[in-house]
Amino acid sequence: MNEILEFISSNLQMIYIIILSVFVGIEVIKSIPAVLHTPLMSGANALSGVVIIGAILVMLHSDPSNYVSLVLGFVAVVLGILNVVGGFTVTNRMLDMFKKKK
Amino acid sequence: MSIALSIIYLIATITFIVGLKKLGHPETAKSGNLIAAGGMGLSIVGTIFIHDLEVPTFIYVLIGVAILLGSIIGWLIAIKVEMTKMPELVSLFNGFGGASAALIGFVEFSKQVDESLQAITIIAGIIIGAITFSGSLIAWGKLNGSLKSVVKIPQHNLVNNLFFILILAFAGYTVFTGVQSPIITYSLLAGGLIYGILFVLPIGGADMPVVISLLNSLTGIAAAITGVLYDSMVMLVGGILVGAAGIILTVAMCKAMNRTLGSVIFGNFGGGVVPVEGVNKALGSITRTTASDAAIMMNYATNVIIVPGYGLAVAQAQHVIHELEELLAGKGVNVKYAIHPVAGRMPGHMNVLLAESNVEYNMLMEMDDINPQFSNADVVLVVGANDVVNPAAHNDPASPIYGMPILDVENAKHIIVNKRSMKAGYAGIENELFYNTKTAMLFGDAKAALTDLVTEIKNM
Repeated sequence: MNEILEFISSNLQMIYIIILSVFVGIEVIKSIPAVLHTPLMSGANALSGVVIIGAILVMLHSDPSNYVSLVLGFVAVVLGILNVVGGFTVTNRMLDMFKKKK
Repeated sequence: MSIALSIIYLIATITFIVGLKKLGHPETAKSGNLIAAGGMGLSIVGTIFIHDLEVPTFIYVLIGVAILLGSIIGWLIAIKVEMTKMPELVSLFNGFGGASAALIGFVEFSKQVDESLQAITIIAGIIIGAITFSGSLIAWGKLNGSLKSVVKIPQHNLVNNLFFILILAFAGYTVFTGVQSPIITYSLLAGGLIYGILFVLPIGGADMPVVISLLNSLTGIAAAITGVLYDSMVMLVGGILVGAAGIILTVAMCKAMNRTLGSVIFGNFGGGVVPVEGVNKALGSITRTTASDAAIMMNYATNVIIVPGYGLAVAQAQHVIHELEELLAGKGVNVKYAIHPVAGRMPGHMNVLLAESNVEYNMLMEMDDINPQFSNADVVLVVGANDVVNPAAHNDPASPIYGMPILDVENAKHIIVNKRSMKAGYAGIENELFYNTKTAMLFGDAKAALTDLVTEIKNM
C-alpha cells in the first residue's frame, strides 16, 4: 500500500498530465462528422508516429560500439518516420480531395 | 533538458492539440493536418540537435540516413497509393509506428533497468508495440485480400484471453523479480506478436475498420508509454491524445454498426461465419435486368438515390458513377447519394472516394437524413453495397447484423442492385433485398455495368 502511495506522490505531475490529456483527446474528437472519420483516423495515426522521438533518443544515447542498439535504433527511426511522413502525406491527399469542389 | 528543447516540445504539443481539433471540421481540416505535421517536424529536428550529449558524427549521419530513407519511402507510398486502398494503408503505417515502439523498448531493456516504473514502461512498450505491429499487418493483409482464407481458431476467445493473461503474468513476474535477460525480452516480444495475430485473425472483415481504429489507439498508448520512459511530455501528451481520440472514434464506429466494442473483439461476426448453405429460407427468385432497361428506368425517374458500397471502390468506379449522376442531373433527374457510415471498409471511405471524382459535397447524404427520403425515390441504384442495405437488420432477430442501422432502400419504388454475383457480402449472410419483387439485379463489375448504363442513357 505504501509503495502505491509513494508511486502516486512521486509521479503526481505525470498522472495529472495523463488524466487531462485523456479529456482533451475526448473533447477534441467529440461530434466529428462521419465524412471526416477516415482523414481523422489517418491524421491521428500520423501523430502516433511521435514515438520516433524515442527512436532518435535511442540512437543518440547509444554506445557507438553497440551495434545491436544502433541497428535497432536505425530501424526504429526508419519505421517511425515512415509512420509520420506517410501518415501526414496521405491525410493531406485525402483532404485535398474534399477541397477541390467549389 | 535544455530550455530551448522544452519550449520546442511545448509548442509541438500545442500544435498536436490544435491540429487534431482542426481536423474535425471540414473547412479547417487541411490546415490542422499541416499544423500538426509542422509541430512534429520541429520536435524531431529539436530532438536531434538540441542536447548536451557527446555524439560521434557517424551516429548523426545514421540518423540522417534513416530519416531520409523513411521519409522517401513513406512519401512515395502515400502519393502512389490509390484512394481505394486507403484503409489498408493507414493500417500498414500504424503497424510501423507500433514496431518502432517495440524496438525502442527492446533496446532499452537490454540496458540496465533499476526502477520498477522504468521496467513497467519498457515491458508495456514492447508488448503493446508488438501487438499493434502484428495486428496491423494482419488487418492490412485481410483488407488487401492477401489473407483471404478465413482462419478459425477453435475456442478463440478462450485461447486469446488465456494467452493474454499468460503474457501479463509473465510481464508482472519480470517486473517484480527484476530479472533481465535476452530470453525474457525475446519472449515478451514474441508474446506480443503472437497475441496481435491471434487478436485480429478471427475478427471479420466487416469489423476491420473498428479494429484498425482500435490498433491506432493502441499505437498512441505505446507512444505515450515510451514518453513516460524518456520523461518526454510531447510523446506522452501526443500519444495519449491519439489513444483517447482513437477510442472515441472506435466507439463511434461501433455505434454506427449497432455493436459494442466487446462484441467486435469477442464476437464471432463476419470472420468466422461462412455462409451456411441450406439455412436460407425460401427467399424466392431474383429478377435480372439489363443495362438498357435500367437506363430507361432511371432516365424517366424524378428522384434517384445512389447507394455506393465497397464494390464501387474495388471496381474503381467512382468516376463513372459521377458521370452517370451528372448525366441524369442534366436530364432533370434529382440525384442524391446515400452514404452509410460504414459503407466500404472504413467510415467515410465513400466520402473520400466520391470526393476524389469531384462529386458535390452537398449531394452526399448521411443515413439519418436520407432514410425518410427513400419512400419518395423512384429508383434506388445500389452499387456494390450489401450488408448496409440488408433488411434482415430490421426484421430478422436471428441475423448477426440484427439491430444495425441500415439504409431503408426497400421503401423505394424500384431498386436496381449492381453486384458481381450473388455471393454474400462481407458479413457472409444472405440479403433478402435481392429477392424483393421491386428489386432488379444488374450483374457485372461496377465499372463495366455503370459504363454501359451511361452509354445507354446518352443514346436516349
